[in-house]
Amino acid sequence: MGDEALLLARAQFAFTVSFHFIFPAFSIGTASFLMVLEALWLKTGRGVYANLYRYWLKIFAVAFGMGVVSGLVMAYQFGTNWSVFSDKAGPIVGPLMAYEVMTAFFLEAGFLGVMLFGINQVGPKLHFFATVMVALGTLISATWIVSTNSWMQTPVGFAISDKGQFVPAGSWWPIVFSPSFPYRVVHVVIAAYLTTSLVVAGVGGWHLLRDRTNLGARKMFSMAMWMVAIAAPAQILAGDAHGLNTLEHQPVKIMAMEGHYESHPHGAPLILFGIPNPAAKRIDYAIQIPKMSSLILKHDPNAPLGGLDSVPDDRIPPVPIVFFTFRIMVGLGFAMLGLALFGIVMRVWHKLYDAPWLYRLAVLMGPTGFVAVIAGWVTTEVGRQPFTVYGFLRTAQSHSPLQTSAVAASLASFVIVYFIVFGAGTYYLLRLMAKPPAPHETEPAAIPQRAAGITPAPAFEGVSGDAH
Amino acid sequence: MLINPDLATVWAFIIAFAIFAYVVMDGFDLGIGILFPTLKVGAERDQAMNSIAPVWDGNETWLVMGGGGLMAAFPLAYAVILPATYPLVIAMLLGLVFRGVAFEYRWRDPRHRPAWDLAFCIGSVVATFAQGVMLGAVLQGIHVVDRAYAGGSFDWLTPFSLLTGVSLLIGYAMLGASWLIGKTHGAAQDHARRLAFALGILTILALSAVSLATPFLAIDYWHRWFRMPGVLFTAQVPLMTAIASFLFFWSLKRGRERLPFLIALVMFGLGFIGLGISMFPYVVPRALTIWDTAAPQSSQIFMLVGAVFVLPLILTYTGWAYYVFRGKTVTEGYH
Repeated sequence: MGDEALLLARAQFAFTVSFHFIFPAFSIGTASFLMVLEALWLKTGRGVYANLYRYWLKIFAVAFGMGVVSGLVMAYQFGTNWSVFSDKAGPIVGPLMAYEVMTAFFLEAGFLGVMLFGINQVGPKLHFFATVMVALGTLISATWIVSTNSWMQTPVGFAISDKGQFVPAGSWWPIVFSPSFPYRVVHVVIAAYLTTSLVVAGVGGWHLLRDRTNLGARKMFSMAMWMVAIAAPAQILAGDAHGLNTLEHQPVKIMAMEGHYESHPHGAPLILFGIPNPAAKRIDYAIQIPKMSSLILKHDPNAPLGGLDSVPDDRIPPVPIVFFTFRIMVGLGFAMLGLALFGIVMRVWHKLYDAPWLYRLAVLMGPTGFVAVIAGWVTTEVGRQPFTVYGFLRTAQSHSPLQTSAVAASLASFVIVYFIVFGAGTYYLLRLMAKPPAPHETEPAAIPQRAAGITPAPAFEGVSGDAH
Repeated sequence: MLINPDLATVWAFIIAFAIFAYVVMDGFDLGIGILFPTLKVGAERDQAMNSIAPVWDGNETWLVMGGGGLMAAFPLAYAVILPATYPLVIAMLLGLVFRGVAFEYRWRDPRHRPAWDLAFCIGSVVATFAQGVMLGAVLQGIHVVDRAYAGGSFDWLTPFSLLTGVSLLIGYAMLGASWLIGKTHGAAQDHARRLAFALGILTILALSAVSLATPFLAIDYWHRWFRMPGVLFTAQVPLMTAIASFLFFWSLKRGRERLPFLIALVMFGLGFIGLGISMFPYVVPRALTIWDTAAPQSSQIFMLVGAVFVLPLILTYTGWAYYVFRGKTVTEGYH
């Protein structure tokens, strides 16, 4: 397999995993949101929560289905395109992913059917239990897969066997809790909650722009803006801590993110923007703040920071990608903080339900969570290059013995199928979101059963269910 | 054949169980996809879809368990089989994508429902056929050199693997039809019963064809099945299959509703035992045994601790989910 096939295999993984992660980033947050809505409904008995539950359950079902089928692809990508990685790292990453299947995927799938279709059969309490299990499943899933990824980023606790495999050196504890894991998992889960609350706020804002009295829209907008107000600042703190952890364990990745081609013995500048020039090894048109990078990363403006000039060329990741995606993520993160502050101000002024500019901004920011999440993952994954197991197994030595034509054909198939299938799915999601939530408090006071099939048929929309 | 109760063997049985669970569980819902064009547009299709909508996701999770478990417990087997069957795996995954999203999409977009119904059918057919061909490709052997697949892109394509592909299509369709008998009544049930009857005959023919062809693939299979005294044991499998087949048709004739599906499961179970006789302890026949491919003990023990506690739990709540949606699937009146 030549360089071309390797590049295609990498493109295929990047494409399928990026497409996939959009859905869990949304379903992790939405599952928890649904859990909160149903808990509030059980506690207060108010119809508005039941209505919102049903509204978001339909959206959740479509997104979850797309997550399932795109996730299944990932379970086999390792074997089809990265068989050498699978053979060598399988004894370590395999069990972590097997635990994800056993403790998370089955839990989600097992209770999803009851959550979607079963309220008449099992009653509200057991139905709530099913919702909680699905929400718990999404979080357990995130934990294991981030543990797997973190071990690839900051591998510890292993030995190399005589077969050339990574094998556990002793306890599994350090492998599961590798040095970057706690930071990364917090960052990822907050990102999922933030992404979902931005979508919910966007949908709420959209409907409030049309009808400011719509109770369902008010409730979802208010709940989402609370979540943005908590999660946006928390995410900036978590991201900062994660960055310091990366500096400690993967300093070269930080050099690429910061665009530090040169070492700075007397305090490094923070490059706000510029255009990386990998051939000349410099950042063109750099706009920078002197000593700021050292201040952020070392809490000392004069602290020395090494640059890529201190690293051999064959250990440097592709700087331009990492440099730009990092800035997209951080820029959007601060825009989210801006939305959060705007929302807090309007709430304090008792203008939350009379703030068209806030609604417009919320609609505009609605999809930005996805962009930030993907940009963040690209930063960390491309920043891991040229290794799959950081520092120990090169990407160029991880791939399957495949022909270029085979990888090219499969990549083309994935691209075509995903654009058709997920394009249609995104359209259906937007159509569901464009429908206003029930405007009044009263109907229905119970969560109506979502028919396995009949759900969206307009004839059934107005029917109030008796769940008891 | 001696079975050592060591770790690798225990894991071989766990993975085999996961694959079997996948084959029969996703088997019947893929089967409904295969049969979809024969079902009447409207109530009959909606009812068939509704009968599997709450459980298909759980069924498909066993495929992730089979693949993920193989990578974890026998990483080398995973690293050899998947590149050897590359186009089949990709086709299977894309097929499953189409049919998986159809469950939701067909209700979201009534105007394009015929298109998503078609996607549901074609996706199911492609995924099933690819799985069947993969089975044939493994049985006929994979060229392994130096811990890696050493063949070409299309080594899997032989008359035998095409036979196993078609056979699995027939088998899954039979499972799907038998499932529908228990979930429907009236005209839809009569239709399912007729389908099950015809597919039962075809399944027996397909099973016989694969069983007769296998010993001619390699002398090793011949020895496994026909040498004394092993033949006294192996001969029980076709014998019991014959009995199960008889009971299958008997139960259909007697108008039983749930029994045909249960007997169909037994028939699949016997076929699976037959595969075990042909393969164990090889994962890649005549090339790699479970011990050649096994992950180190510490990996297998780490997972076993979880599996011992979690798998019974999974079976319990999966069983509960099936119990919740027991009985006939209604076509209307969900609210």
